[in-house]
Amino acid sequence: MAPRLSELEHIKARSRQLRGSIAEGLADPVTGSISEADTKLLKFHGSYQQDDRDLREERRRQKLEPLYAFMLRARLPGGVVTPAQWLVFDRLAADYASSGLRITTRQTFQWHGILKGNLKPTIAAIHHAMASTIAACGDVLRNVVATPLPEQSGLHAQAYAWAAKLSAELAPQTTAYHELWLDGEKLVGEPEPEPLYGKTYLPRKFKIGLAIPPLNDIDVFAQDLGLIAIESDGRLAGFDLAIGGGMGATHGDPTTYPRLAEVIGFVAPEHLREAAEQVIAIQRDWGDRGERKHARLKYTLDHRGTEVFKAELEKRLGFALQPARGFRFDHNGDRYGWTEGEDGRWHLTLHIESGRLLDRGPQRLQSGMRELARVHTGDFRLTCNQNVIIANVQAADRTRIDAIVAAHGMDGYRRQSAVRRHAIACVALPTCGLAMAESERYLPTVLEKLEARLEHHGLLDAPILLRLSGCPNGCSRPYLGEIALVGRAIGRYDLRLGADFSGQRMNVTYRENVDEQAILDALDPLFAAYAAGREPGEGFGDFLWRTGVLAAPAPRPERRIAAEVLA
Amino acid sequence: MNALVAPEPLSIVLSAEKSALLARLAEGLAAEELYWVAAWSAARAGQAQPGVRRAEATPASAPDAPRLTILYGSQTGNAKRVAEQFASRSEAAGLPVRLARADGYPQRDLAKETHLLVVISTQGDGEPPDDARGFVEFLAGKRAPRLTGLRYAVLGLGDSSYPQFCAVGRQLDERLAELGAARFAPLGEADVDVEAVAKPWSAQALEKAREALASTAPAAARSATVHALPSRGAHSREQPFAAAVLANQRIVSRDSERAVHHIELSLEGSGLRYAPGDALGVWPVNPPALVAQWLQALHLDGAHEVVHEGRSLPLAQWLSRERELTRLTRAFVAAQAAASGHADLMRVLRKENAAPFAELLDSHQPIDLLRRYRAAWRAEELVAALRPLTPRLYSIASSPRAVGEDEVHLTVAKVEYEAFGAPHWGAASAFLAAQAEDARVPVFIEANDRFRLPADDARDVIMIGPGTGVAPFRAFVQDRRETGARGRNWLFFGNRHFTRDFLYQVEWQGALKSGALHRLDLAFSRDTARKVYVQDHVREQGRELYAWLQGGAHLYVCGDANHMAKDVHAALVDIAVAHGGHSPDDARAWLADLLTQGRYARDVY
Ligand code: SRM
Ligand SMILES: Cc1cc2nc3c(=O)[nH]c(=O)nc-3n(C[C@H](O)[C@H](O)[C@H](O)COP(=O)(O)OP(=O)(O)OC[C@H]3O[C@@H](n4cnc5c(N)ncnc54)[C@H](O)[C@@H]3O)c2cc1C
Ligand SMILES: Cc1cc2nc3c(=O)[nH]c(=O)nc-3n(C[C@H](O)[C@H](O)[C@H](O)COP(=O)(O)O)c2cc1C
Ligand code: SF4
Repeated sequence: MAPRLSELEHIKARSRQLRGSIAEGLADPVTGSISEADTKLLKFHGSYQQDDRDLREERRRQKLEPLYAFMLRARLPGGVVTPAQWLVFDRLAADYASSGLRITTRQTFQWHGILKGNLKPTIAAIHHAMASTIAACGDVLRNVVATPLPEQSGLHAQAYAWAAKLSAELAPQTTAYHELWLDGEKLVGEPEPEPLYGKTYLPRKFKIGLAIPPLNDIDVFAQDLGLIAIESDGRLAGFDLAIGGGMGATHGDPTTYPRLAEVIGFVAPEHLREAAEQVIAIQRDWGDRGERKHARLKYTLDHRGTEVFKAELEKRLGFALQPARGFRFDHNGDRYGWTEGEDGRWHLTLHIESGRLLDRGPQRLQSGMRELARVHTGDFRLTCNQNVIIANVQAADRTRIDAIVAAHGMDGYRRQSAVRRHAIACVALPTCGLAMAESERYLPTVLEKLEARLEHHGLLDAPILLRLSGCPNGCSRPYLGEIALVGRAIGRYDLRLGADFSGQRMNVTYRENVDEQAILDALDPLFAAYAAGREPGEGFGDFLWRTGVLAAPAPRPERRIAAEVLA
Repeated sequence: MNALVAPEPLSIVLSAEKSALLARLAEGLAAEELYWVAAWSAARAGQAQPGVRRAEATPASAPDAPRLTILYGSQTGNAKRVAEQFASRSEAAGLPVRLARADGYPQRDLAKETHLLVVISTQGDGEPPDDARGFVEFLAGKRAPRLTGLRYAVLGLGDSSYPQFCAVGRQLDERLAELGAARFAPLGEADVDVEAVAKPWSAQALEKAREALASTAPAAARSATVHALPSRGAHSREQPFAAAVLANQRIVSRDSERAVHHIELSLEGSGLRYAPGDALGVWPVNPPALVAQWLQALHLDGAHEVVHEGRSLPLAQWLSRERELTRLTRAFVAAQAAASGHADLMRVLRKENAAPFAELLDSHQPIDLLRRYRAAWRAEELVAALRPLTPRLYSIASSPRAVGEDEVHLTVAKVEYEAFGAPHWGAASAFLAAQAEDARVPVFIEANDRFRLPADDARDVIMIGPGTGVAPFRAFVQDRRETGARGRNWLFFGNRHFTRDFLYQVEWQGALKSGALHRLDLAFSRDTARKVYVQDHVREQGRELYAWLQGGAHLYVCGDANHMAKDVHAALVDIAVAHGGHSPDDARAWLADLLTQGRYARDVY
C-alpha cells in the first residue's frame, strides 16, 4: 500500500534541508510573522512562531495583526550551563525576551516573545556562547537529558559525556542554520546530505534521556529512548535500554495515549552510539509519515510489536542485546538544599516555580541567578523538574551563595510545603498555541487552595507529586503525577490520580473535565483518608491503589491503530 | 502658468496623437469656451467638485464690463469660505463679481482687471497655500504686468502665534502697490478666529467696492457669475450636521504611547457628500474636566448667566461650547498679563522676547497661565477676552465608493499629555475619542480640491503619510480599488513602533495581497537604534520614485507640517538632483512646478 504522506512531509522534502523561504519571511517588514510552511521548518532551528493569546481579540479590533513573536529553545545536553553562558542567556532575556528565562522540563532554556527582527541576533549570540538552538524542536533528536547528579562527579562526568556525544553526533548536518543565523554563505546547488535523517528527517520528534539510578528525575520511561546507567563499582558499565515512552495524547481519541517505555536489554558503552542511532533509523524508516498523531516511536512499537522492532534492531546492529541488568528507582523529584559531593565540593538545588526566572516583587529570581552567575566558580545544572542546581561550590563560598539566594527571595525551598516544592506546570497560556487551559499561570492559585486543604489534614509536608498541563500533550509529564490536572478548556481539567513518585506507574482519570471546585471537593476526602490511613513512607498514589480508591486501570484502549492511517 | 491651460509638456500626460487632437480642438477657442471644456473634462473625471467647477468654469467676461474679481488662496478652507461669503454678499448687493481660486485664475486676465479682492492665508513658515503658489510667484516675478489701472484690497488670514503672521497677505498687498495698483480698502489681517476680523473687514470692503465700482451691473455679467457660487448644501460650517457615531475604536496597541482612534460617523439624512481628499470639520465641546478646572482656578460659578454680544448663556456653557480653552494666543497672554499685572507675563510680550514668547505659546495652554499667574477675572470679561471656539479638521479616511455615501471615517490622534503636573487635553481629539456609539457629533464637509486622485486612473500615485497622515490614503486606496483604477499605488507609512502603531496594519496587508496596494514602505522610528523616518525611505527609493514621477505619477504628502513635510520636500529635492541630474535650483523649480500643476499635493497640519 503506497504511503499517503502528511503535508509536513512534503514541506520537509521541498525545504532544501530546512531552508524553505525562511530568509524571505524574516525580511518581510509588513508582518511580524513568517509563512505557515516556514514556521514548521523554523522549529528545526529551535524556534516556534507564537502570538500573545491574551491580546488576540483586542488586536483584531485594533486592526492590528496578532502580536507575533518567537519562542526560542536552546539545546543544552544534560542541562549543564557555565556561568559565562548564563550571563549571555540572561542578557538576551533582558534585551529581547518578554518574560525572562524559562527552564523547561527537558532541562534547557526557553526565551519567549522574541520579535522576528531579533531572532537572528539572539541565535547568533547563543551560538557564540558555545551553545546552539538547532534541533531543539522539530522532527529530530531533541535535547538529550541526563540526571544532573553532582554528588557522584565521576559517574556524572561519564553520563554527561554520553549525553553530549549523542546530542552532537546525532544532530542534523544541514548548513541552513549557519546560512540563516550566522551569516554562513548561501547554498548554491544541491544541499549537503543528511546521512542519518535524509531529506525528510524523522516522522516526529525523538527524545533520549539518560537516568542514573536510583534517581529518575528525568522520567526515563517518558523518553522515546531511555538509557538507564548501570554502575559497577563507581564505573559506568553500560546501559539498560528502554524504548517507546511518550506522554502526548489527544482528548477523545483512543488511538492516542501516554505510554511508558519498555526495557529491551543492555548495551555496553562502546555500542551505545550505534544502538541509539539504529533505534532512530528504524523509527525513521518505520514511523507513520501519514498521520503525525501516530508517528511517535511508541505507536510504531504498538503497531509492529516490540519484539519485531528489537529483532530488526539486532539485525541492523549485527549483534544481540544483552539481557537487561536491572535497576531500582526510588524517586523522580529533585533533592533541595545543599548536598556534599564525593570530592568534597557542595551543590545547592533551588526550587524555581514552573522554571520561570523572572523578577516578581520580592522574588527576584532572574536578578538573583545573574548575581550568582557573576560570583560562581563552578557550573549550573538545569533539571527536568524545572529547577536549578548551583554545582561545585567550594565549602568556603557557601555562605556567600546563601546570602545572594536569600537576598533575592530564592530560598523558598527551606519553607515551602512539600506539594509546592515538587509541583511542575507546563507553560500553556498565553504563549502556547495548543493550550486549552491555564497551567503555569494557574499553578500558584491551585497550590494555595490545595495547601489550605492539606494543612487542614496536617499533610503540608507530605511529598505529593502534582503536575499541571494545559492540554493532553503532557509537557509536564502529567501522566506521571500522583495528582495531575490536564487541561480541557479554560477553567476545566481532567483530574488524574495514582502515579507513583518514581516515574514507573502512570495515573488514571479520576474526574473528567471538571472545574476547580469539583477538583478540590474530590481531593479533600482523599486527603482526609490519606492522613488517617497511610502507612509509614507510603506515597499518596500508592495509598489510593492499596485502599481501592482507584480500581485497576481499565486495560489500555485498543492499541491497534485504524488501518487506513498506516504507512 | 495655469494648471489647466498647460499643466506640463503634454506628452508626459497624453499620447502624442491625443495631445495633437487636443491642441487642434483647443485652437481658436475663446477663454470661456476653454474653461467650459476644462469644467466638462473635470466633470467627466467624476470628480467635479463645486470648487473645481467654480474655478475652471468662471467665465472671463468682456474686459470693459466693470466687475469685482475675487481670488482666494486657501489650504484648509478658511480663506475660501470668506471669499465665497464676500462673493454672495456682493452679488446680493448687486455687484457683478467673478470668484476664482488662485490657481484657477488665468493670470493673463490680471492686466485687464479693474477691481480685485484677494483673500489669502499664510502657510508653512510664511509660505502661500499650495493653490496660490503659482499666483504669488507670478505676481512677485518679472513677468508681472504693470497694474496702474487696478484698484484692490487684500485680506490676509493667519495665526498670530506664528512669527510670520499673515506674511503672504502683507506681501501681496505691498507687491500690488509696487505694480502701480491702488488700494480701495486697507490690508486686513485675520487671526485664527477668522470671523472676528473678516466680518467687519468684508462689510467695509464691500462698501468701498460699491463706491469704487460703477454700480451699474450688466445683467450678463451677473447671470454669468450665478453658477460661480457654491451650491450650498443643507449643512455647512455654520449649520453643522449632528452625525451619529457608528464606531469609535482605538487602533493602536494598549502599550502605545499615543492613543489613535478610528472613528466612523453616519451622514445619513445630512445631504452631505464628500470625495477622497476632503476633510471633515468637527465642532468640539471642551473637555468637561477642563471646564471644571477653569471655574475652579478662577473661583467662578458655572451657572452664572453671562451676556455677550447680545447672547446670554451660563458661564459653563460659554466655556464648554463657545470658547477656545486649549489654544493659547498672544491676545490671551496679553489679557492675562493685564489682569494679573504679573511682570513676567508683561516682559515676555515685549518684541525683543519673541523667542521665549514662542516657547511659551508652544508649551502652555491658557489654564497653565491661569494657575501660575493668579488674576481676578470677571465672567463677562473672560468670555469677551477668549476667542470663539473654532472647528477642527480631520482628513477623511474613507471613500464613499467603499463605505457608502452615508458613512465617513476618521483617524484621530488623541492629544493628551502631562504638563506642569496636570493632565492636558486637545479639545476636538479628546472630544472625539470620548464619544460612545450613537453619540452625535456636529460636523461639516471641508472640500479640498487640491488633494484629489488623478482624473486619469492610469496614473500611478505615490502617497507619503506617516502617523495620522495616512488617513486620506486609506480613502485613496479604497477608492482606487472600487474604481478598478489602472495605475499603481505606492504608500510610505511611518510611526513609532511596528507592534504598537502600525495604523490599519491588517487592511494594508490585505490590500497588498489583493493588489489594491502595490508597494508599502515602512519606517518605524523607535524600533531601531538609528531613527528612521519616511523621508529616509523616500531617499533610499529615490531612483524608483523619480522614475514613477517621470512616468506621470501623482505625489501626495499628508501629516505633520512642522517637520515631516519639510524633510520629505528636502528629500524630494535631493532625489531630483541625484536621479534627475537637476541642479538644486532646478530641482526646487521642478517641484514647485509639480505643486502648481497639482501633481504634488500636500495636506499638512
Ligand atoms: C517548554 C515545555 C514545557 C515546560 O513547561 O517546560 C514544552 C512546551 C511545549 N511543547 Fe512540549 N514542552 C516540553 C516538554 C515536553 C514533554 C516532556 C518531556 O519531553 O520530558 C512532553 C511529553 C513527552 C513526549 O514527547 O511525549 C512534551 C510533549 C509535547 C507534545 C506531544 C507530543 C506527542 O508526540 O504526543 C507537543 C505537541 C506536538 O508535538 O505536536 C508539544 C508541544 C509543545 C509546544 C512547543 C507547543 C507547540 O507545539 O506549539 C509548547 C511550547 C509552549 C511555550 O509557549 O513554551 N509538547 N513536551 C517543555 C520543553 C522541553 C524541551 O526543552 O525540549
Ligand atoms: C487639513 C487638516 C487635516 C487634519 N487631519 C487630521 C487627521 O486626519 N487626524 C488627526 O488626528 N488630526 C488631523 N488634523 C489636526 C486636527 O485638526 C487638530 O489640530 C488636532 O486633532 C488637535 O486638535 P485638538 O482640538 O485636539 O487640540 P487643540 O485643543 O487644538 O490643541 C491642544 C493644545 O495643546 C498643545 N499641545 C498638543 N500636544 C502637546 C504636547 N505634547 N506638549 C505641549 N503642548 C501640546 C497644542 O499646541 C494646542 O495648543 C488635521 C488638521 C488639518 C488642518
Ligand atoms: C501647517 C500650518 C502652517 C501655518 N503657518 C502660518 C504662518 O506661518 N503664518 C501665519 O500667519 N499663519 C499660519 N498658519 C495659520 C493659517 O494661516 C490659518 O489657520 C488660516 O486661517 C488658514 O486659512 P486657510 O484655511 O484658508 O488656509 C498656519 C497653519 C498651518 C496649518
Ligand atoms: S502541555 Fe499543552 S499546553 Fe502545556 S505547553 Fe505542552 S502543548 Fe502547551
